[in-house]
Amino acid sequence: MPPSIRLISSLDNPIDELPQVVEIVPDPQPVAATPPAKRRFTLAPLIARLRDTALAILPTLIMVGALLMVWEIACSGEGATLPSPSRVWVESHDVIMHPLKGVELDGFGIKIQDGGDVGIAGHIITSLKRVAVGFGLSAIFGIALGILIGQSKFAYRALDPLFQILRTVPPLAWLPISLAIFQQAQPSAIFLIFITAIWPVILNTAAGVQNIPATYRNVGRVLSLNPFEYFVKIMLPATVPHMFTGLRIGVGMSWLAIVAAEMVQGGTGIGFFIWDSYNSSLLTDTIVALVWIGLVGFCLDRIVGWIGRRIARQA
Amino acid sequence: MKHRSYLALEGIGVSFPTPKGPFTALRDVDLSIEKGEFVALIGHSGCGKSTLLNIVAGLTRPSRGVIFLDGDVIDRPGPDRAVIFQDHSLLPWLTVEENVRLAVDKVMAGKPRAERRDWVMHNLDLVQMGHAAAKRPGELSGGMKQRVGIARAIAMSPRVLLMDEPFGALDALTRASLQDAVMAIQARLNNTVIMITHDVDEAVLLADRVVMMTNGPEATIGEDLRIDLPRPRSRIEAADMPAYAHARHEVLHFLHQRFSNPVDKAA
Repeated sequence: MPPSIRLISSLDNPIDELPQVVEIVPDPQPVAATPPAKRRFTLAPLIARLRDTALAILPTLIMVGALLMVWEIACSGEGATLPSPSRVWVESHDVIMHPLKGVELDGFGIKIQDGGDVGIAGHIITSLKRVAVGFGLSAIFGIALGILIGQSKFAYRALDPLFQILRTVPPLAWLPISLAIFQQAQPSAIFLIFITAIWPVILNTAAGVQNIPATYRNVGRVLSLNPFEYFVKIMLPATVPHMFTGLRIGVGMSWLAIVAAEMVQGGTGIGFFIWDSYNSSLLTDTIVALVWIGLVGFCLDRIVGWIGRRIARQA
Repeated sequence: MKHRSYLALEGIGVSFPTPKGPFTALRDVDLSIEKGEFVALIGHSGCGKSTLLNIVAGLTRPSRGVIFLDGDVIDRPGPDRAVIFQDHSLLPWLTVEENVRLAVDKVMAGKPRAERRDWVMHNLDLVQMGHAAAKRPGELSGGMKQRVGIARAIAMSPRVLLMDEPFGALDALTRASLQDAVMAIQARLNNTVIMITHDVDEAVLLADRVVMMTNGPEATIGEDLRIDLPRPRSRIEAADMPAYAHARHEVLHFLHQRFSNPVDKAA
């Protein structure tokens, strides 16, 4: 016998009446987490974490020690042109031990003594301020331009070749032009940082926008998001990881540029400090400055990377 | 005056220019779907099923023909035609609740916040995902993600629900559980649905009509089979019914004899 035919219309099937036969078989649901037991404070996890950290950095420490030893042995002979670590320690003792000379906390601001004898941290802070302004500008303009050429094929064709050529110009090559335009040391140093750091920001942001998966675009189209909503809700969050790759490379390059810029001009900043110590034949001071620059550059990179991860998680 | 169905595809054709001259993917597709009908679209890969669905969604424009929905001509995407994508396409940076709310905020823009919130949770509960509202898609299984995808689509109270191989990427057991969920929701909401599928059993079990497409190029509708099975349907009982076996036979015959896979034919 053929099965009976029944038409289902919205009338004879009121919305609130769920047919009893139909059962929704759920996906296996995660077992509800047992309520956390009362926390007893123990040192065990803390010690375990400390041990893990120690194990992770131990190889680095051993390597640094080994390198210092090789350097010490290689440069301890008569007539060595490069000072050995122990000589750096002795001759630049003052520079190493008093980095904050001439730096004062003034309320929330940091005041650095004008001219005269300023510690190495003071020079670093001056340089960081310049980087903050120059890199901040390149982040703003770089992201905006990156979105523009990522979104518009015409803008991409028009601008991408220019960017590809300009990004290969070394920071120092911009210096004469920068000085000619701005006439003053401070703005031209900032311009130098800006023009060095902007390219990776532009190109990575553009790549991020171009690589937004088609399905996300389709979600935006089906929901009829207007351009502003699409920008805020889909394009920005989807592009953030690429953007921060660019910002991370950019901050590294701006740190490279600041030293170049300050070596030739200025009267403050870490680049100037290096140039000055070279002119005064204080090679040990230069070595101390190199260590500081490396450490600060490393921290900048980590900070931008950390912010990127935080935002990517929240966005 | 001619009666026009709730959703009417009239003379739809799609062709692309290629270096070797125009390539016609679809031609002369006419399809009429009444309100509340569940239509499964089945055919081999490359027959243009997805293209047809995208045309109804407004994501692709046809080269020829018109689509009417409740008398309106469709020429752009809109939230009245919600799409459930095969890859669920949830936004990974939003929680489950925020993903659904993105859609709800758009279609219920005028309503108070509390009402929109309740509507989001109501729809998540419908697909039994209320417990995961605060989770991100990355923390969910494939089946759960697709449940959220369904919740997002039905929360838009669409005039037509479009499903593009919604369960194609899931394992057989998860797929069965989602099919049951779709049947339960359909019994309750009575949406107008077009679902693309590769799965004969899925088509016969879920749909009121199975529309079979011929192979491309120049694909079109080959047969339109009404499935006369009583609802609510259960997969166990349906399997024993002669009408089920008959429908299944018809579809298999169409797919594997009359229009077998073009790749097999070439081999």
